Amino acid sequence: MAEDIKIGAYICQGCGIGERVDTAQLAQVAQRDAKANIVKEHPFLCNAEGVKMIQDDIDNEGVNRVAICACSRRAKTDAFSFDNVAITRANLREGVIWIRPDTDEARETTQEMAEDYVRMAVTETKYMSLPTGDEETKYTPNLLVVGGGVSGMTAAIEAAKAGYSVAIIEKTGALGGAAANSWKRIPQRGPYADPEDTGVDALISEIEANDKITVHLNSTITKTSGAPGRFSVDITTESGSTVTENFGAIVQASGYKEYDASQLPEFGYGKSANVVTQAELDAMAKEANGAPLKTKDGKDVTSVAFIQCVGQRSDKEGHLPYCSGHCCSTSIKQAMYFKDANPDIDTNVIYTDLRTPGAGGEDFYRSGQRKGITFTKGEVSEVVESGGSLEVKFRDLILAEDTSEKVDLVVLATGQVANAGVNIEEVDQDEPGQFTVNVDSILNMDYRQGKDLPQLKYGFSDSHFICFPYETRRTGIYATGPVRRPMDMQQAIEDATGAAMKAIQAIENAAKGRAAHPRSGDLSFPHFRREGCTQCKRCTVECPFGAIDEDEQRFPVFNEERCRRCGTCMGACPVRVISFENYSVDSVGQQLKIVDIPDEFDEKPRILALACENDAYPALDMAAMNKVEYSAFVRVIPVRCLGSVNLIWITDALNSGYDGVVLMGCQKGENYQCHFVKGSEIAHIRMSKVDDTLQSLSLEPERVSVHEVAITDIERAPGIINEMAETIEKIGMSPFKF
Amino acid sequence: MSKKEYSFYPGCSSQKAASASNYQTSVNSMCDVLDIQLNEIPDWNCCSASIGYAGGGELPRLALSARNMALSEQAHAGQDIVATCAACWLATRETKERLLHDEALMKETNEALAAGGLKVEANQDIRHMVEVLIEDFGYDELGKHVQKPLEGIKIAGYVGCQTNRPFGIAGESFENPKYLDKLVETLGAEPVENYDKKVSCCGGALAFSEPEKSQALIKDIIESAYDGGAEMIVTPCPVCQLNVEAYQDNINAKYKTKFSMPVVYYSQLMSVAYGKSGKEAGLDGQLIAAKKLEDIAGK
Amino acid sequence: MSNMNQAMVEKYRNDFLKEVKANVEEGDWVQMCMQCGVCSGSCPFGPYWDHPPQELFMMIRAGKREEVLSSNSMWMCTSCYNCIARCPRELPITHIMHGLAHYADRLGLAPKEQPTRKFANRFWDNLVKKGRVNELKLGVSLYFMNGFIEGIKTAMAAAPLGMGMMKAKRLSPMEYFGGHGVKDSKGLDAILKKARQIEDEKIAKYNS
Repeated sequence: MAEDIKIGAYICQGCGIGERVDTAQLAQVAQRDAKANIVKEHPFLCNAEGVKMIQDDIDNEGVNRVAICACSRRAKTDAFSFDNVAITRANLREGVIWIRPDTDEARETTQEMAEDYVRMAVTETKYMSLPTGDEETKYTPNLLVVGGGVSGMTAAIEAAKAGYSVAIIEKTGALGGAAANSWKRIPQRGPYADPEDTGVDALISEIEANDKITVHLNSTITKTSGAPGRFSVDITTESGSTVTENFGAIVQASGYKEYDASQLPEFGYGKSANVVTQAELDAMAKEANGAPLKTKDGKDVTSVAFIQCVGQRSDKEGHLPYCSGHCCSTSIKQAMYFKDANPDIDTNVIYTDLRTPGAGGEDFYRSGQRKGITFTKGEVSEVVESGGSLEVKFRDLILAEDTSEKVDLVVLATGQVANAGVNIEEVDQDEPGQFTVNVDSILNMDYRQGKDLPQLKYGFSDSHFICFPYETRRTGIYATGPVRRPMDMQQAIEDATGAAMKAIQAIENAAKGRAAHPRSGDLSFPHFRREGCTQCKRCTVECPFGAIDEDEQRFPVFNEERCRRCGTCMGACPVRVISFENYSVDSVGQQLKIVDIPDEFDEKPRILALACENDAYPALDMAAMNKVEYSAFVRVIPVRCLGSVNLIWITDALNSGYDGVVLMGCQKGENYQCHFVKGSEIAHIRMSKVDDTLQSLSLEPERVSVHEVAITDIERAPGIINEMAETIEKIGMSPFKF
Repeated sequence: MSKKEYSFYPGCSSQKAASASNYQTSVNSMCDVLDIQLNEIPDWNCCSASIGYAGGGELPRLALSARNMALSEQAHAGQDIVATCAACWLATRETKERLLHDEALMKETNEALAAGGLKVEANQDIRHMVEVLIEDFGYDELGKHVQKPLEGIKIAGYVGCQTNRPFGIAGESFENPKYLDKLVETLGAEPVENYDKKVSCCGGALAFSEPEKSQALIKDIIESAYDGGAEMIVTPCPVCQLNVEAYQDNINAKYKTKFSMPVVYYSQLMSVAYGKSGKEAGLDGQLIAAKKLEDIAGK
Repeated sequence: MSNMNQAMVEKYRNDFLKEVKANVEEGDWVQMCMQCGVCSGSCPFGPYWDHPPQELFMMIRAGKREEVLSSNSMWMCTSCYNCIARCPRELPITHIMHGLAHYADRLGLAPKEQPTRKFANRFWDNLVKKGRVNELKLGVSLYFMNGFIEGIKTAMAAAPLGMGMMKAKRLSPMEYFGGHGVKDSKGLDAILKKARQIEDEKIAKYNS
């Protein structure tokens, strides 16, 4: 850091800060203790005059570090935004005066709290520099779409319409995917009464007519390397010839396959030719091309039973535990194939819960009822051949009786299984510097963490079904369609449009050296000091996004464009060689060290709280807005993710005489709420080892606690702090006060 | 306000010496004050209520109401048909809706009516007296005629079923209609808030055929009124009135209760508040005397 | 026996549903039920139905003709319209129940001793006689609908109520001899006969 650091500290007296704390004293602390170069108080810092005062100092006095001592860093972000300077905030409003009672007794501790936050903010600026951004960026307005089904074709068309060139890789010899084998689709337009043309032919002609889209049929990917903005992909044809192309981002639309019905002998699949799956029935209908459907022995079909949830929504071994979403509507559609041709054909849909998602789902269901499809709430136990027809044995759940129906044809609604490639948790990875093609893999990535996208649940490639759809755990690669979660054609079309937009964002952000999401626009990225590195691999293993590879000497290789700037690598590093320009082991570590630790006999303990900036810190801010009080002994430092917390901070805090440490991250585990997927979980694992540190210091284990906090925990988050204060009261002050 | 005229369908229970004859007495008094002229549909017949279905099929039952509508269209063209009885109103209004929405049914119904020399067009609105009061007058106007506010009486507004479902009074909810409460307030009395059996069924016609099951429902309706502090129940429906008033002795015997809850029509409250005598308000028709109303009427 | 076998084969085959659609008031709607059960939970007589409405609808779809038509259930309808008001599929359930009850009675399959069946028939007979209901005659016939001895007992038990009603001038013994009625009873008669005839013809046509 060659440039001279000139710190300006600005103390606001507005919003009641001036009445509740002695700001002149704060100014003195900023100058004397924290060594700010310029210190000013202002009655209303966020108004035009206050902002101008700061800007003037930047312009005229050479201030390049600004400590705003006012409200929370989450408030007034528009006012306190200055170009080309590093900015920190001391949270005097939400962090101090709003969470403390306005009483004479509280005055002293409130003032101490404010003084510490001023010291911390000014100190933090010293250890920050302006992020310069990734200078080696590339603009590659070229999108790769993997899979030529409805999802893939839609993503390609949407991206091409937005001006990007697209290459589609399709494993088979034709575009169309699963939809190409269907006779009709579930209606996508009002009145949602009848099956519609699949629209596949129209999509194919649109692609053929678009000169921005190239199609590689009979092709697979044999290698993917690089990062957003500079992916390099080997495309290999069936005959073995390979071309290498560059792409800015990738959309993976590799679709699904039907669950294998032969695993369900009780439904007669494989035993009788007249027991078919939904996909097989659609193929039969397409083959018949409007002519009446016949049984396999050539007879007219007079009755059909559709059995829903076959091997799905079941916790039996080998079954799918989830709902595939489209099957109820698909059965209605297929029953209409019969009813529309001949209303006298009996069609019975046997379901346990009928689910018809989408805007028109309910209308389609009603239309089916109007056409005379029978819907029976029942559970099928067995399908057996009997006297030339099929007997479906089931329990009628409304009439609460075991019964049966004889039909000519049985259609099984088996679910969707994602074509997600290999499960990287289960296959061995290549050694660094070596690469082998895995024929089961879809992307064949040369990433340190595996060849395909990490799977979220039940084999689907996603990172969060609700909060971050399409955003897989590999930046710049977006999953869409049934490979992401089970869905029907209409949902796949909407989904693919969203994925195309995400991919475009990644291309554009990568070109500017910025994070795409969730810290969109962030220019900082991790730097590491090679000479200090012990090649322990923790950073490469723990990065939730596979951003770090290893070179042949096992040093980490950072791929900035893949990085989401969570800092989990920084938290992982045992030798503390990883840091960001504006967020580092020091920028936090020095803050906690500058806090004034009163003498043991003062009866004023100190608690360090490291709070995730995404959920826990906002929860504390909201608690303040609701005037929920908490202990004046806490000092809260926001962190990018609990995963970025380095154990040294805990050790330093305890050594400096803090009496307790509270860590607040997001919900982890199966229903995680962590913005960075694994950060909170990894932090919990690391902290489980903190007991050793405590033991070596002869401290009680209760002095460090880790919590999962949701953004809505506005009572609970302050409660956690207060609990720690009570714990300290019980077990006594730390002996490490010097 | 000028005189308002309606084509009036009184219904069987309102006839002289029938179970709701006192309802009719009070309606006449109320209309007198409000300057409403009720033109009785000549030679009207029973609507078959909601219990005629065993003997009467769909078409014969529709034909009954269609005959009344045809007679009204002939005699009182341009006037709305108004009924005071919930069942009469419901049956007639349902018939109108069904005929207008089903051409085949309209054709068959007219085929039947032709046998009696009639033809129906279903072109008159079918309204309950309560609708007339609320929509054609409004609470403010109704309040202007109050001479003796019903001060100090707490009244539970028992709306019941058929004036409430499936059509109901415009702007009111099925689960908690407020119009009786507003009317009670307009007349100077105090409504029972949160009367939780307000729209519960009294058993209707099944009070005759399934007395025990129905009386269990009626017991809850009265008990809930007592729980809310009511001294009186008000209702817009003759079947509700009869069922809730008439079986209190039976219920007392079976459930060891001590019910003695007067049950009156809204038109009786209005007549008394409008300064009519107890007799004019039909209070002599109560099985359980509405003492507090009698006192006010006697002042 | 052969009938029984026939019934076995025709389960879930819509035959009875088609009959209901053709011959029962608002029967078209039966296929629209989505089995949520809100009707059953909303019925004031809910606990007394052997088969609540949504179950009757399923029985119709499953082809249980005899069981449905001989059921006591639809006779439990008090016509409160709660089910109609609440049905998310907007089925006119009250009317379907009336229609099923009527159809069952017309075919002679309804339970003979069902009290509401008896009362509802007496109500209809009473009203068609003069075009208006005669409450006294209806009451008296009701008391005696279970036979003479039972009727005396019922009438004695109801006597205090009757006396009260008479005192309040809401019941008159004179009604027993004559009472109210329409003037053009001939015309009304003709209308009802014609309506009945149209309906009979339709049902006969379906069954042929």
